Amino acid sequence: MSKQPLMRLEGVSKRFAKRLDTAEKIVNLIGGDRREEVVHAVDRVSMEIADGEVVGLVGESGCGKSTLGRVVAGVHAASDGKVYWRGKDVSTLSGAERRDALLKIQMIFQDPMSSLNPRMRVRDIIGEAPRVHGLISAGEVDDYVDKMLLRVGLDPGFRMRYPHQFSGGQRQRIGIARALAVEPDFLVCDESIAALDVSIQAQVLNLFMDLREDLGLTYLFISHDLGVVEHLSDRVVIMYLGRVVEVAPTEELFAGPNHPYAQALLDEVPRIDTRKRVFQPIKGEIPSPINPPKGCHFHPRCPHAFARCREEAPALREIAPGRLSACHLNDG
Amino acid sequence: MSKSPVLEVNDLKTHFFTKAGVARAVDGVSFSLARGEVLGLVGESGSGKTVTGFSLMGLVDAPGKVVGGSIRLAGEELVGKSEHDWRSLRGRKIAMIFQDPMMTLNPVLRVDTQMIEAIRAHEHVSEEAARERARAALARVGIPSPDERLVAYPHQFSGGMRQRVAIAIALLNEPEVIVADEPTTALDVTIQAQILYEVQKLCAETGLAMIWITHDLAVVGGLADRVAVMYAGRIVEEGPVGEVLDGPLHPYTRGLIGSVPSHNQRGKRLTQIPGMAPSLLALPPGCSFAARCPRADAACTEMPELVSASDRRAVRCHHPHRPDEPAYEGGSA
Repeated sequence: MSKQPLMRLEGVSKRFAKRLDTAEKIVNLIGGDRREEVVHAVDRVSMEIADGEVVGLVGESGCGKSTLGRVVAGVHAASDGKVYWRGKDVSTLSGAERRDALLKIQMIFQDPMSSLNPRMRVRDIIGEAPRVHGLISAGEVDDYVDKMLLRVGLDPGFRMRYPHQFSGGQRQRIGIARALAVEPDFLVCDESIAALDVSIQAQVLNLFMDLREDLGLTYLFISHDLGVVEHLSDRVVIMYLGRVVEVAPTEELFAGPNHPYAQALLDEVPRIDTRKRVFQPIKGEIPSPINPPKGCHFHPRCPHAFARCREEAPALREIAPGRLSACHLNDG
Repeated sequence: MSKSPVLEVNDLKTHFFTKAGVARAVDGVSFSLARGEVLGLVGESGSGKTVTGFSLMGLVDAPGKVVGGSIRLAGEELVGKSEHDWRSLRGRKIAMIFQDPMMTLNPVLRVDTQMIEAIRAHEHVSEEAARERARAALARVGIPSPDERLVAYPHQFSGGMRQRVAIAIALLNEPEVIVADEPTTALDVTIQAQILYEVQKLCAETGLAMIWITHDLAVVGGLADRVAVMYAGRIVEEGPVGEVLDGPLHPYTRGLIGSVPSHNQRGKRLTQIPGMAPSLLALPPGCSFAARCPRADAACTEMPELVSASDRRAVRCHHPHRPDEPAYEGGSA
């Protein structure tokens, strides 16, 4: 990995604050103690994504994986830390450079019905952005849209239809065609296949793999489905309550996860080849990100937790070449 | 196990009479369920698995109607019961758990109010006794400090805890059968495992029979004893979980299992079923899967019957696979 990474995050945090409303400000004026509630959705995450790589980002609800995806895609600005795109700090780019950079990063969402404008025809959904950005002229739109539709396995005859006239799987393909239309280098897929039926999931996953091969795309694949991530990714990043707890090449991770949370997660994924197994769940709930536990976020649920875990947050450190884990147990 | 089955469904038909035509959402479904058994009812969207569950509960509303067949619960025929009879059956003999527990729970009532009401709707017991039973039910599904949780409102629970409360309510009157419709689909993996653990324990300890409706073959593999696969309103294959998942007979089951990533070689193309499920309003004559099936031929224009393939398995196909064929071929399509 001597090459420059496509994307690099350095200590990226994203906080969402609930501002005090008027009533609460008045309470404070008369001596109350109302504070802003701050959610640390993403907490000092550093990672690199190489050109052509597929990185799986895994975690449970509220772990910040979608927020991180949006920071990467430029939808949210990071509260802290730096995002580098091809070696350049995104926040220091000029307007035009920034627009070009963000155009190369496209996002595919979970629910195509809420990410496609229901009042626009497929032709405009797919054709508008490349025309506005000057990739094609107005006269070329129809041919270009046809090409995009064929690329994602849809009939070009569907060009004049509206999103509601398609099934869920087809709609997701339109969402993919829309993203591909601006010739991106990097796709951020946020639970892009979670809402689809198993047989349709397989079709869309195959499409993602074909596109990678044909266009040399890089993916950040956000999912809670470990089976899908295992199948598709080169590397997996596991998040828990805003922090990255483990990073590992896919095969090594599934052969032997290091972090206790990663172990629990992998143990509990139902697999089609296990029968009548005895479920042995990890105890407890996912804590609220408004008020995360001190120290290691996982310690209240961790079977190996000891005194230090309650006080000090473990740093993400290299435990083997290409493998990172944030756990005090690795200090031996 | 065995003995007489607690639930017997025979040739159940539930149709929806819409302006666009008659949708045969459930069209001749038959299965039986023994005490303590978990039956996984698997299918994709629109396969009729949820409507089957609703039919068992007498919850099909207009324009839908159960138009034929029989449902026998512990020997008692349920099809054709009056709404009054259904009210006394639901929750007492047969209960349901839904995908979204917010649908089952009333957001403006405390959990204890709802639970006590559910008990006293069926039995004349004192409020104290009912509260004690509610407390015990919460404890049984693994809710910590049930006394405190009893006086909480649904929004004060997390998603997983809410689903536990829904399960506890379903258990209150010790029903014979629980119909669970995608109860863990909306939950996170670690929370799903906790719920599956509780359910597994309940069925083993109390002899409760369960129908687990899901699209997730992996959950069924881990939890169920038997599985029935539905496609376009009909059961296409049925049998013990291990036998069906390891050696599927029906091409659809085979395609479905082949689509699961963990069944494929990493990074290779997934085996995919071409096309998509047909509209229930315009089902082709004959086998509804024929248009997507690699084995279809002229014989498939005639509807195959669900025939037994061994003493424990049944399949609805003119050209079934052999159970010893490798479960997937990986890569093609």
